[in-house]
Amino acid sequence: MTSIAAPIVFDAPKLPADRELIETRLVWWYFVAALAYMIVAMLAGAMISLQFLQHYPFPGIELLSPGRWRFVHTNGVAYGFLANGFLGMLHWAVPRLTLRPVLSRPLSYFIFIAWQLIVVATVVGVLTGQAQAVEWGETPVWVDPVALLGLVLVAINFLHPILQLQGPMYVTLWYFISALVWTVLVYMMGSFLPQYFVGGAASAAIIGLFIHDLVGLFVTPLGWGMVYYFVPIILKKPVWSHGLSLVGFWGLAFFYPLTGIHHFLYSPIPMFLQYGAVISTIAVELVVTTVIINFFMTIRGRGDALRTNLPIRWFYAGMVFYFTTCLQCAFHTTLTFQRIIHFTDWVVGHSHLVMFGVFGFWMLAMLTHLIPRLVGAGDWHRHSWNAWHFWLTSIGMLIMFFDLIIAGLIQGYQWRDLAPWEDSLVASAPFWLTRTIAGTMIIVGQFFFAANVYMTWARKPVAAPSEAPMPVAPAAA
Amino acid sequence: MFETKSGVMVIAGLGFFALAFLVMGLLPWLIYWDQPELTVEQIAEQGYVHDFVDLSERFPEPFKQYFGSVSRTSYAEALRRGHKVYVAEGCWHCHSQQVRPVSRESERWGPVSHAWEYQNELQRPVLFGTRRVGPDLIREGARRSNDWHLAHLYDPVSVVPTSVMPTYPWFFDEKGYPNRDGMCLVTYLQWLGSWLPEYPYYYGEGPPARDTTPPAGQSAAEAPAGGMNERRLAGTEN
Ligand code: HEC
Repeated sequence: MTSIAAPIVFDAPKLPADRELIETRLVWWYFVAALAYMIVAMLAGAMISLQFLQHYPFPGIELLSPGRWRFVHTNGVAYGFLANGFLGMLHWAVPRLTLRPVLSRPLSYFIFIAWQLIVVATVVGVLTGQAQAVEWGETPVWVDPVALLGLVLVAINFLHPILQLQGPMYVTLWYFISALVWTVLVYMMGSFLPQYFVGGAASAAIIGLFIHDLVGLFVTPLGWGMVYYFVPIILKKPVWSHGLSLVGFWGLAFFYPLTGIHHFLYSPIPMFLQYGAVISTIAVELVVTTVIINFFMTIRGRGDALRTNLPIRWFYAGMVFYFTTCLQCAFHTTLTFQRIIHFTDWVVGHSHLVMFGVFGFWMLAMLTHLIPRLVGAGDWHRHSWNAWHFWLTSIGMLIMFFDLIIAGLIQGYQWRDLAPWEDSLVASAPFWLTRTIAGTMIIVGQFFFAANVYMTWARKPVAAPSEAPMPVAPAAA
Repeated sequence: MFETKSGVMVIAGLGFFALAFLVMGLLPWLIYWDQPELTVEQIAEQGYVHDFVDLSERFPEPFKQYFGSVSRTSYAEALRRGHKVYVAEGCWHCHSQQVRPVSRESERWGPVSHAWEYQNELQRPVLFGTRRVGPDLIREGARRSNDWHLAHLYDPVSVVPTSVMPTYPWFFDEKGYPNRDGMCLVTYLQWLGSWLPEYPYYYGEGPPARDTTPPAGQSAAEAPAGGMNERRLAGTEN
């Protein structure tokens, strides 16, 4: 090629500048909101965990009732932490992938403000006793239509650039498109059908779909889309197999929506539907394995990044946890396991590992990667604080997970053996204490991160955002 | 198709979701379509649990203030409000309402749950629950006395020393009597499971005393015939 005298000049399309595409400030705001809600939700969780130790700090205060704060804990994680984080992520990634800005910047700002109001309204609503009896959807009934409208606007805002795209799309965009469509549908189904149209066992089927679709069709596709976007960029390496990406996406799209009823096994819902849910759940786990293989083959040859690059370490730790939860799920979704572990802390351990150990970790991976760029600080204030953040969080998460699944087994067997209920409380006490300690470790980790974010933000900008170097953890970390 | 916008959006986004909804959501809905969903008023028509009458006798003044007299209307009102409180306080995140046919649950709580039991307004959305920190409650009616429930709600540890259930002093007024929410919640708890022929579920205490006197403010003709009214609870404190 070098011998050709006249170089071939491609009619390269003019790449728009970052500034034209992305509202960086909005991404940053979303991330700050996500972090704030994460910490609130975690503190709520820690506070409730003290109830289980018979040492609730605010007993007998209506607005601080543990039962009500549990709503804040779960809804704060789903709609405050993850939703805000994902919205920020979409604002960062979608314009870059499509080379087009979102539909409208004023609309983006409007959505940001509206979404924060929705989350605050939800918190106020559930604390003043207006919860709706749908798990993960306790949002008061009067907030539901507003939240749905918000989700529709989100979908329009982001689908606009995506749908203008010509030619093939990168994997991430498959996940984003479907997630934007699914989230609207899922929210509509879960918030309105069981409340207004269908009761009884049939509503359990729909609530089951809602609970699981929220994880499977809102959080999971956005999470995987994020991983498919950031991991190859950070590793400077394409994803190993396009074919496996296809298998992963289409397998998820087909099987995940079918799994919901596995939350109510051995309930009065017709048995053939329960079997269907079990089978599709196991199928999901097989699909997940293909995605995991794809990413572990991607990092092959760049394993050093796990040591030197903190975002990559977060991402892959999340993936290991993902595989763990999915493996666990393939077993405990079976009727054999359900006899014992349903209703126990086993499930609580599982859901913490999924929502925080996987999606929370990926979110923190992205934040660790992006925040210095966003605030134009060049680099993190302290790498060592980020290392503390990672290790405290990971170890805390692991302890909490194993602690709760063991507690779950003990509870399940005691119940089956018809031990008096109080016995299962006494037997659980040390495990609940361990959970509080593990949770505290995680929270301390987040404080390290929050402090680091603040100090990094407070620094004087040293470089233009996009030229900031990769945050690299020191070898000593 | 697999990588195009329309393929992803129409087939995966809409199509697969719709398929799953039809199979896993609409199908069970259709299966129970013909089973009538009782309103609270219809539930009250079938008679009321004695514990509601007991509340009126025990706390005549506040009861009168909140409900007037014992009647089907006031019973329906109490159930509806009790259910609302149960949902609002998140009791359903620590207590399931479903006896499974496994893990010897029917020995612990009573008959296994069936779909028809949930075909009523107070199970919309259904309260099966997904976690049991405390015991299942779908067979709770008449298992404990009103007094037990009230003391337990006020301060669970005073009744069950190892309990991790939160305290609910806001169900009580300054004098220590249950307020409207407290009475409604206890009525709701005592209603749970009262629809089954096997109710109540405590055994070996001798036959429940018959309560044939019509409640205050009601003529004998109005009093619900047979049904739940005659199954007086025997206040077991096990
Ligand atoms: C933090 C979890 C938790 C919450 C929230 C909770 N409970 Fe409990 N509940 C328990 C535990 C644990 C027990 C078993 C120990 C005991 O009897 O106190 C229990 C026991 C009970 C019992 C006695 C069951 C029996 O027959 O042995 C009733 C009734 C009850 N709860 C009702 C309620 C109501 C009503 C609410 C909501 C206002 C509620 N609970 C909220 C944990 C909880």
